Amino acid sequence: MPEITYREALNQALAEEMERDDSVFLMGEEVAEYDGAYKVSKGLLDRFGDLRVVDTPISELGFAGLGVGAAMVGLRPVIEFMTFNFSILALDQVLHSAAKLLYMSGGQINIPMVFRGPSGAALQLAGQHSQAAETWYVHAPGIKLVTPATPADAKGLLKAAIRDNDPVVFMEGELLYNIRGEVPEGEHLVPLGLADLKRDGDDVSIITHGKMVHLALQAATRLERDGIEADVLDLRSLRPLDVDAILSSVRKTNRAVYLEEGWPYAGIGAQIAATIQEEAFDDLDAPVLRITQADVPMPYAKNLEQMAKPNVQRVVDACRRVLYRK
Amino acid sequence: MEALSPTMEEGQLVKWLKAEGDSVSVGEILAEIETDKATMELVARGEGVLRKVLIGEGATAGVGDVIAVIAGPDEDISGLVGSAGTPQEAYETQSQEVSEAAYEAARVTIGGGDRVKASPLARRLATEADMDLQTVQGSGPGGRIVMRDVEAAKDGASGVSVTSVPRAGAGTDPPAAPGVDFEDRPLSQMRKTIAKRLVESLSPVPHFFLRITADMSRTLAARKRVNQLLEAQGDKVSINDFILKATANALERHPDVNAQWSGDAIRRHYRVHLGVAVAVEDGLITPVIRDANRKGLAQISREVRELAAKGREKKLQPEEYTGSTFSVSNLGMFGIHEFTGIINPPEAGIIAVGGIEETPAVEGGQVVVKPLMKVTMSCDHRVIDGATGARFLQTLKEMLEEPAVILV
Repeated sequence: MPEITYREALNQALAEEMERDDSVFLMGEEVAEYDGAYKVSKGLLDRFGDLRVVDTPISELGFAGLGVGAAMVGLRPVIEFMTFNFSILALDQVLHSAAKLLYMSGGQINIPMVFRGPSGAALQLAGQHSQAAETWYVHAPGIKLVTPATPADAKGLLKAAIRDNDPVVFMEGELLYNIRGEVPEGEHLVPLGLADLKRDGDDVSIITHGKMVHLALQAATRLERDGIEADVLDLRSLRPLDVDAILSSVRKTNRAVYLEEGWPYAGIGAQIAATIQEEAFDDLDAPVLRITQADVPMPYAKNLEQMAKPNVQRVVDACRRVLYRK
Repeated sequence: MEALSPTMEEGQLVKWLKAEGDSVSVGEILAEIETDKATMELVARGEGVLRKVLIGEGATAGVGDVIAVIAGPDEDISGLVGSAGTPQEAYETQSQEVSEAAYEAARVTIGGGDRVKASPLARRLATEADMDLQTVQGSGPGGRIVMRDVEAAKDGASGVSVTSVPRAGAGTDPPAAPGVDFEDRPLSQMRKTIAKRLVESLSPVPHFFLRITADMSRTLAARKRVNQLLEAQGDKVSINDFILKATANALERHPDVNAQWSGDAIRRHYRVHLGVAVAVEDGLITPVIRDANRKGLAQISREVRELAAKGREKKLQPEEYTGSTFSVSNLGMFGIHEFTGIINPPEAGIIAVGGIEETPAVEGGQVVVKPLMKVTMSCDHRVIDGATGARFLQTLKEMLEEPAVILV
């Protein structure tokens, strides 16, 4: 199986879907002439022309709205936010229009579009450029949200998201673009709403999404040295949520921790913990613990940023706590 | 069922003093309730008519359970009473609105309404194994029982049968059926409490024991003298009073023994409150002589007699049997030479005193007969080390062998 980067996987997905369906187009800041701020859309302008790969001014609310309008009349836009930090300016179009129009039109108007870009922290980008944006979107019924962690999942989920008839928020990661992984050749689709068990263990469930999957796997390796085998469940899809996969893991291990790069207050882990205790109460031997960013705006200083972010030791400590081991 | 003492978790209704239909005013006694320590009065907090009595004499209810309803003569109380006749039944009807399985498990495993900390999984496993969570030691935070504790209990439980103990009734002997070789005596609140508290003591408290022997000649002589002086006022003191006084004053001089383990510190008490073990009809209670180091022999003697009498009649108030900083237990009057006490949590020590016996001893190379008394001290090693305990016992011995030392 060929090994490619996460960036290349996304590029392939976009190219394949634009080839397959004329109504798919890409729009955003720097996507055309510059080949993409992170080079995800490299070569696409040359291949598909400027009606299919469209540069915009710095106006997230404007071009997001443009995308909604295009979707309403039958096109399939892929709207790129240079980072999800800026997407907050476009929340009105995403939440009030894209998410709600199917319901408010009595089922008459589908919005088959994808909002994609990198979300979460990179390195020393500070408070306003490190936002993990999942919670702003996942809260709304009408929105689908996926967070691929590997190149294979990135390609498969982007293709599936473009083909989906509902608005899909697709969150990548600046720190993920360079990672390499095996991606199946040919048509490779990953259905929305399906989690993936990245590691199998009987002792504790580490449930997570996005770039934190890699941290979870590192923590699992460290735990293995102490004879603790962890399940690492990559949710991949935050909405719709693969509740069965979550419960199946918890019933096996009787204890879970949720790892996310966002803040703790009403974070993704809060929703997962609520689900687990509602549905698997009698299988829990310990409360569900969460490892998150510290509840502060992301610091700029390198040492403070490291302290604020989750790390392997914090994941290991949480796992030991739910196992009641010192 | 009100919390009539700080440690009360359930109460047994001994006697109703009001009947359904009687009118009730604030402050009137409704019933006599037997608690973990004594029989207490349940007093009406509101005015009205005793419309419904929900538990009978001899039944037990947990603190917080509804046991009766006082309302206006025509008020609709169907919401409070429903179709239930007893607190246990009322609890069941409510729980049907929420996950029945989880609540059923809790009811079966917890038993008398006591609160046990356990993970949901542990509760389920205990129910499945027909195990009473009260018998399981929890190793989680705050004593939470978790899965591994239930598994350990299951493994170690072969041979230990968890018999369900009938809660109602005041110990009437059931007629022996043919072929039955035993009878189960229902546990009184006191027995349950003694069992629970002393298990709590022995398991987590690292006990060690020190023994010392005191020549009681001078104390015996002093007692004789003191009683002669007190005869005029009709008072008298016993050897045990001397022992209590000496212990209290020895504690005053050894503040590191008048202490307790409090988790992340050692608490040294500034005052000396001595718990005096008193045997009562179906068990044992420890009334407290407050500031015993500051009281004279006669006062100590009087207080011990009063409190012991109250203890036997189950009339001790909570403030009379709580708050001790150290305890003394004396079985000399039963012919015991020496014995070992179990520390009363949260104290750090207890002394167990045997009888005074004429014993051969050596003095100046000759064998003589002396009235010797053996004292065994049990210490919590988290608070008291060997040398600390030994120094305290040396002081105590000095005071017993030479009572005048107490005056110094």
